[in-house]
Parts: sequence; structure tokens; C-alpha cells
Amino acid sequence: MDGTALLHGTGALLPQLTVVITGLVILTLDLFLTSQSRYVNEAVGIVGLLLAFVLTVLQTGEPRPVFMNMAVVDNLGVFFNATFLLIALLMVLMSASYVRREAISSGEYYALILFATTGFMFVASAADLVMVFLAIETLSIATYILAGLHQQEQRSQEAAFKYFILGSFSSAIFLYGIATIYGALGNTNLLNLAQTLSQTAASPLTLVGLGMLIVGLSFKAAVVPFHMWAPDVYDGAPTAVTAFMTAGPKAAAFAAFLRVFLQGFATPELAQHWVPIFAVLAILTMLLGNLVAITQQSIKRMLAYSSIAHAGYALVALVTLDALGAASILYYLVAYTLMSLGAFTVLTVVAHRGEHHYAFTDYAGLASTNPMLAAVMTLFMFALAGFPPTAGFAGKFYVFGAAVQSGHYALALIGMLTSVVSIVYYARVVMMMYMREANGARAIAQVSPTTVTLLGLTALGTLYLGIFPGSVFRLAERSVQFLF
Amino acid sequence: MIPISYYLVVSAILFVTGAIGVLLRRNALIMLMCLELMLNAVNLSFMAYARMLNDMGGHVFVFLSITVAAAEAAVGLAIILSIYRTRETVDVDYLSLMRH
Repeated sequence: MDGTALLHGTGALLPQLTVVITGLVILTLDLFLTSQSRYVNEAVGIVGLLLAFVLTVLQTGEPRPVFMNMAVVDNLGVFFNATFLLIALLMVLMSASYVRREAISSGEYYALILFATTGFMFVASAADLVMVFLAIETLSIATYILAGLHQQEQRSQEAAFKYFILGSFSSAIFLYGIATIYGALGNTNLLNLAQTLSQTAASPLTLVGLGMLIVGLSFKAAVVPFHMWAPDVYDGAPTAVTAFMTAGPKAAAFAAFLRVFLQGFATPELAQHWVPIFAVLAILTMLLGNLVAITQQSIKRMLAYSSIAHAGYALVALVTLDALGAASILYYLVAYTLMSLGAFTVLTVVAHRGEHHYAFTDYAGLASTNPMLAAVMTLFMFALAGFPPTAGFAGKFYVFGAAVQSGHYALALIGMLTSVVSIVYYARVVMMMYMREANGARAIAQVSPTTVTLLGLTALGTLYLGIFPGSVFRLAERSVQFLF
Repeated sequence: MIPISYYLVVSAILFVTGAIGVLLRRNALIMLMCLELMLNAVNLSFMAYARMLNDMGGHVFVFLSITVAAAEAAVGLAIILSIYRTRETVDVDYLSLMRH
């Protein structure tokens, strides 16, 4: 039998299966490993993730529903799965020295990262609201536990509890929305929705269901005014887990937005209802995320609010309802992943063991004690602010360009103004590193080989995506072509 | 026969009760129970719609929803237990280290 035919038929979920099996293998191996066997977990994880990446890339082609229309194999799923696997690979590199320094049990940590990645990948391949719900629950439960893995730190336990309560609350609202849609339309399938809507008119019950779906998913993406959990949870969780949370679940929430709203509820009479809602959410998110980030004293909390703001920028492209907007979202998620993971890696290096050095003043004079680290951090700060020639600039260019092209001038204007405001808090870090004297009492940060590799990869990726955005953007455009 | 709308109204009342409980109660275990109440209210809603539409999809979804709720409760209890080990209390008013 032809190998790729298997990947398009009953073997359609082989990439997800590979990641789950890798997680289980790591969990089982952990029983037999001693402290002498260093980096076995990381090696197994990287091998499994690379295998899943190869299987994912082999799945490109025409959209094909599998498993009785519950999942679908198409280019959009391939792009998102590749992004999620990239996030997982970068996380393995980041965590290699981090888990040992902070005495977090590494077998469970890597297994949870891989199970969360499986959840992300199922969201991207979902063709039915049931699948979206189950996938979001999988990734959420794994992330709740990850947030609390720093068992000696009370802030970490608090973060896990707050994340759990508010995450489950939003999942219940999402589930009630699915029930309402089921009652209004008769089935929960996203692929056949256009056909279903032509037979039954869009009743008020459908609109109530859509509203609850928007609320549930906006919680997951930390969109204002459902962002209340994000600053505390991002602040309290272990820094590597925070990096994972800003990249992975956020991208998965946007995958859910694309699947549910751009592929599912995309008919004109329904779109006229949810487009204004998303426009208002995007404006609120960009405004609040950027304005509150200016007032923060801790760099970790500042990056948490900035992550809320970046979700707002990506949300701007959701209201455009065309291929350029959808492709810009995909591109922005990849660019933001690289910048965010890189910035948080620098945070883990500067924070030292025990994770107490997060004030801006801890970065004073970093340029004289550790010039390469300061240079890389400057790159990431300017990339997040949107300076050319970095990935942040290209991402914002595409997103705001899509908004202007489809006539949403107010969104693009607010986006550009808040981007300018964001320079205030990103430049503060750069100023601290280069224009202040070092404290002198603290030891110079030790940077392990895996961390150096990770910083190099993300910095190169940020510059590459900024100078040559066309290659990845063309991939994104080809992934969303079939939707329009 | 009991009209389907009665079931939907009961489900809505249970859901709102659970939501108010999660937002207003101070004991972490009570919050967890209210969360489960919300999820079960949605299960009731699914069953009512499945009966109304004469469709098995709703019944199947209830199975999946119950499984997810059980897994979530297990994780929630583990998190509450880890908090109790260090603080000897489950009162959420004491979880305020990150208020600035």
C-alpha cells in the first residue's frame, strides 16, 4: 500500500499518535532512569518530535475528512501541526538545563509537554466541535499541571490553582455553547455547516451558542476582557512553562478560532454577527495589553501583558474574512513563537536558581557582564516591538495590511498606535542593559550549550523571518487557500 | 410527557448556580464542586437536545463530557492537595501572593 495513502486515511492521526507514544515512553523510562543517565528524556523527546514532524509534512494535499467527519487532513492542519512541533522542539531545548537547575522531575515535565502538544495538534485537525472540545481539554489539563510543577514555590501552586479554576470555568461555558449549537442546528460538525445552515435558518439560539463559544475560546487565548487569569498565571508558573503557555495554547486557541469561525460559521448572515464582536475584542486587547504593560515592575509580568497585546494584534486579522488575513494570522503565530521563546530563554538565564531575579533592575549592566546575552535580548525586544528587519515587523505588516485591505481602518490605526506605545516598555529593558551600571554582587550567568543552541536558533529565525518573510508567508497562503 | 423546555430551564438554572458558586465561594473544594455542577448542567442540556432531535450524537457526547469532567476533577484535587500541604488551608482568600 502506498505510504502516503495511509497517512491520508486510517493513519491520518499518526503524527498525534507519535507524540502521545513518545510522551508515554518518556513517562515509563523515567521509572528506570537514574540520575547518571543525563539527557535520555530529551533525546527520546527530540527523536519522537522529529518523526512526528516528518509524518506531518507528508500529509499535505487536498482536504480529506477522516474518522467519520470528526477530523480532517488538510494544509491548514499541516501548517499548525508543524508550528506546534516546532514549539515542542524548542521547549525541549529550553528545558534541558532548566529542569535540572530547578529540581523539577523531568520525566513528568516532558511527558506533560508532549501531551499538551498532542492536544494542540488535535485542535488543528478538528472538523467537529466535539473534537475541538476534547482537544482543548487535553491541552488545558496538561498545562494546569505544568503551571504547578514548581512544588516548593507557593506562587507556582497559586498559579496552577487560578489557571485550573478559570480554565475549567471557560471550558464549561464553551461546552454549554456546543450544547446550544447542537440543539439549534442538529449536529456539531464544522465541515457540513454551510449545508446545515441552508436548511435551518440562523435562529436566536444559534447566536446565543456562538456567543458562548466566543467567550470560551477568548478565555483560552487570554483576550480582554477574559484575560484576568493570564498575568497571575504567567507570573507564578515556572519560566519555561510560561514560555510554553504564551506560545502553545495561544496558537492552539487561534487554530480553534480559524477552524470554528473561518471554516465553520463563515456564512455571511452569521459572520455579520461575530465580526463586530471580534473587532471590539481586538481593540480592547491591544489597548489594555499595551497600556498596563507600561506600569509593570517585573519583566516576567511585562512579557505576560505583552503576550496579551500580541494576541490582540493577531485577532485583528480574524475579522478580515479573506485569505490574506488568515495567512497573516498563521505567519504572526510563527513569528511570535520564535520571539517569545527567545525572550523567555534569556529570562531563565538571568533569573538563576530559585527564580527571584525578575525586576528590571536585575538586567542593569548586562551588556558589560554578558554582551552576547544582551545583544540577543535586544534583538528580541526590538522584534516584539515591531522594528524592521525582524519577524515582528513582518508579522505586524501583514496583519495590519490585511486589515487595511479589507477596509477595517480603525483596527489598523489602533494597532499601529499601540505598537508605538509598546516601544516604551520594550526599550526600557534595552536601556537597563546598556546604559546602567551592573550591580556587581551577582555572579555572571552560566549559559549551557542547549540554551546557546536555542538562543541561536530563535535569533536566526527572527532575523530570517524578518528579512525573507516570503517563504513562510507563501506556505501560510497555500495552507488557507482552500478556505476561500 | 415532560416538555423539553423544562429540562433546558433546569439545566440553565443549574449552570448559573454553579457559575455563581465558582465566583463567590471561598473554599477551594466548594469551588470544585460548583465546577462539576456546571459541567453536569451541560450534560443535562445535551440529553434534552438529543431527545428533542432524536439523535444519538448528544448521548455519545455526554459520555465524553463525563470522562473529561472526571479527569479535570482529579487534576483539580491534586492541585488543591498540593496547596493544602504547604498552607494547611483551602481558603482561597489566602492565595494572594501575586496581588500587586
